[in-house]
Formats: sequence, structure tokens, C-alpha cells
Amino acid sequence: MSAISSFVNQQVQVILYDGRVIVGKLMGFDVRANIILADSVEREFSEDEGVEMVPLGLYMIKGDNVAMIGEIDTDKDATIDYSSIRAPPLNDIRF
Amino acid sequence: MGTLKSVDQFLNIRLDNIKVSDPDRFPHMMAIKNCFIRGSVVRYVQMPTGAVDTQLLEDATRREAKDNKK
Repeated sequence: MSAISSFVNQQVQVILYDGRVIVGKLMGFDVRANIILADSVEREFSEDEGVEMVPLGLYMIKGDNVAMIGEIDTDKDATIDYSSIRAPPLNDIRF
Repeated sequence: MGTLKSVDQFLNIRLDNIKVSDPDRFPHMMAIKNCFIRGSVVRYVQMPTGAVDTQLLEDATRREAKDNKK
């Protein structure tokens, strides 16, 4: 799990099994990919309006729900106008 | 798409400098540079032919086969 140790205290984007996208500061994690996010915000993508940012606050996510954890390039993120992005929400993951 | 940095026993994958193959359809990960993918969601891993050193792999499998025979 050392793979995510470099993401601690960074802005990360988490994609969950149900397709939700949550962005926040990674405070901690363990071997099961259970994670704690501070000041987290859900990014709701939709086809007919821009990305809706829903503040969630402090979140502890059980590892079973986590599909991906991505380190955000904050400089690049700041240049993106999310209110103009139209995209269908991600599908949930099933096998 | 990205550079494979590490894999563990759960097939959790760490990729650096990633790029989404179809960013128009999936703009969800535009601002991500490095990422960790939980092994349980991985369907397949595709390796570019050019990046695979077949000679090295062949030698390694031959060596393993030889060791198993002993």
C-alpha cells in the first residue's frame, strides 16, 4: 500500500464503485484502501448541465467502495472550467 | 494509459503520468497525473508491444523451467 503513501496530504480524486467522484485532501489510509478525506466535495457530472460540486466535509470511505484514487494536479485543476463540462456520470462497476 | 510504477499481491496498480484514452467521453479524470487503481476493479492491463522486452521474458521463463526440472 506504499503506492498511495505519496498522496497523503495532497488533493486526491476518488472514484467509487457506484461511479461517484469525490475530491478531497487525503488524510490517511490503510492496507484495505480505507481512506479519510478532509474537506471533500462530490463532483456530479451530468449531460445537460455543468459539473455540480456538492460539499461533503470530512469523509471516511471504506476500501471496498474505492475503485481508484488519483493525485490531482492542482495547477491544472484550477485552469479547468468545470461549469462548462458536459459528460454523463460514470457507470457503477459490476462484473 | 500511464507508466506502471508498482503492483502488489492484490494486483493494486500504481500508474504515473496517466492519460485517458478517450478524454472527450471521459473528462472525469482530466486533472489527475498519478493514480492508484484498486486491483478488484481491473478488467485487463494492456501493454504496448514495443515496451515489452520479449528476449528478457523468454530468458526468464527458460531459467524458471530449468530450475523446475532440477
